[in-house]
Amino acid sequence: MIALLKRDLALAIRAGGGFGLGLAFFLIVVTLVPFGVGPQSELLARIAPGILWLGALLACLLSLDRILALDWEDGSLDLLATAPLPMEGIVSIKALAHWLTTGLPLVLAAPVFGVLLNLAGPGFFWLTLSLAIGTPALSVIGTFGAALTVGLKRGGLLMSLLVLPLYVPTLIFGAEVARRGAEGMAVETPLMMLAGITLAVIALLPFASAAVLRVNLR
Amino acid sequence: MILQADNLTVTRGGIPVLEGVGFALPPGRALVLRGPNGIGKTTLLRTVAGLQPPLKGTLTGAGERVAYAAHADGQKATLSVEENLRFWASVFGQAEIAPALAAYQLDGLRTRAAGQLSAGQKRRLGLARLMVTARPVWVLDEPTVSLDREAVAMFAEAVRAHLAGGGSALIATHIELGLDGDALDVTPFRARPAAADDFDEVFL
Amino acid sequence: MASIWEYANPKKFIDTSNRVIPGLWVLALLCLVTGLIWGFFFTPDDYRQGSTVKIFYLHVPSALMAINAWFMMLVASLIWIVRRHHVSALAARAAAPVGMVMTLIALFTGAIWGQPMWGTWWAWDPRLTSFLILFLFYLGYIALWEAIENDDTAADLTAVLCLVGSVFAVLSRYAVNFWNQGLHQGASLSLDAEENVADVFWYPALVTMAGFVLLFVLLVLIRTQTEIRARRMRALLARERMQ
Repeated sequence: MIALLKRDLALAIRAGGGFGLGLAFFLIVVTLVPFGVGPQSELLARIAPGILWLGALLACLLSLDRILALDWEDGSLDLLATAPLPMEGIVSIKALAHWLTTGLPLVLAAPVFGVLLNLAGPGFFWLTLSLAIGTPALSVIGTFGAALTVGLKRGGLLMSLLVLPLYVPTLIFGAEVARRGAEGMAVETPLMMLAGITLAVIALLPFASAAVLRVNLR
Repeated sequence: MILQADNLTVTRGGIPVLEGVGFALPPGRALVLRGPNGIGKTTLLRTVAGLQPPLKGTLTGAGERVAYAAHADGQKATLSVEENLRFWASVFGQAEIAPALAAYQLDGLRTRAAGQLSAGQKRRLGLARLMVTARPVWVLDEPTVSLDREAVAMFAEAVRAHLAGGGSALIATHIELGLDGDALDVTPFRARPAAADDFDEVFL
Repeated sequence: MASIWEYANPKKFIDTSNRVIPGLWVLALLCLVTGLIWGFFFTPDDYRQGSTVKIFYLHVPSALMAINAWFMMLVASLIWIVRRHHVSALAARAAAPVGMVMTLIALFTGAIWGQPMWGTWWAWDPRLTSFLILFLFYLGYIALWEAIENDDTAADLTAVLCLVGSVFAVLSRYAVNFWNQGLHQGASLSLDAEENVADVFWYPALVTMAGFVLLFVLLVLIRTQTEIRARRMRALLARERMQ
């Protein structure tokens, strides 16, 4: 399992783009928003938590189809399926690798991008915290979507259609934590919900992902 | 332990392609599958490897004892030969990769990225992977594709060594490997379609 | 008594449903026509909402069926996963477009009703938002069925998606509730609510709801027959290719 994680990380670093692409996309979204809504700093400050969360979510979505598709094409998935690793473990490691290469950089970069959008002072901490708690769920749910569409040619668009509705609860609670934090309100309830969803998803969804992956490998 | 298939029916795309397949493969022996293209050899091998369940019949001695190799080698282009082998070795809980490198004369290429290998060299790397799995039953689907004559000899030698060590091999191939083993022509097992008018629940 | 699973045989299913369908047609039409005419023309106008309230006879039953259709798909998917009856998987597939259309009807009639009442076609109210999300779930489910060539694979994958989707749909419902408290009125019809709509509105609504249920069953039966035949055809073609 550790070997698989190491290999995936090595691949992401060597192929380039693994780390960079999602971040660059995030930056572009953050840059484009003021062009769309106008440069007034009060308005930007008000929508900053939501935009940052949405940008992180879209950046995450961008790289989902790489989670399993490459291994599918070169036959690695078949071989991994016959290896002495449980399929649930494989998809969990895949999700973890995706989070380390995509989610974690987004979490670390979000405060910097918050400056661009004039995020209110207390918001920085809560934004970073909510992303740190919420993005693992995005990776795990995304792995489920990737497992559903792995055998399909041009499955990327379909995967977005399948995955985005599943992102709704995480987005709502995550952005709510960031918004309330920025406005100095109590954040306990949405924070608990966000953490609960992430934990439940990490615990349960790999079983569904493994099941659909087995079906797709038949 | 003998790899045994009894009355196996395998399906492709939900339709049976081979039915009533039976064979026994004791340790130290090889079994070569023969038959025309599209008859279902790949499907049979994938079933034996546990990638898909059989529709009917029983399969014993497979499962965690099988190392499977097919057309796609599962090697990453950006990793070196050594890194690829080490990865598969550690997935299967092994550490030793030197014999595999030696058997397929990959020593000189160990730091070369797999993406820069020729098709034949890639294939050799893919076959070397079998040796680091330490699994007794090799299930091979057209292993000699894009291998030159010398590489085929390397492969045959590796299989012979594997058999001598108490392993067994189930191979679908069209060329003569000179192995100590039997051949099984799967053509007679071709599934006969059910009568077209019976409206079965499973739509076969 | 014969087991219910006998109807999992496609031939038996088609034969039996063929016997039921004409009767269902009559009953469904009867209920719909009676309920709608009764509701539209023979109930008094609401003292606050005037005659606009009458769209409720389309809005509420369609919203009800939008949710129940998903529930039916969930049950059918579970039956497919546990018992591997193909008819069950095909019934789930057949119900999805019906459910999606019901969701659309609920959304549109809601917008038409909302315009005079709230002064807006659309508000990000929890109920409206949940229905929009439900619509997206239907869309994804149907798209996945369409995208996969192998029927058994498609049945397995969509069944798992339906299960996972159900959990997330419920979760989204709570999340959306939390996110915005909303201006939609509470459920206007329920058996135990203290404040319920008056009986004059209640009876025709019951009749239309029965009509919608019957219509749903009818459409799903017909569509399942179609799916069975299409599946049969694909199986025959595949078999022919193999000869």
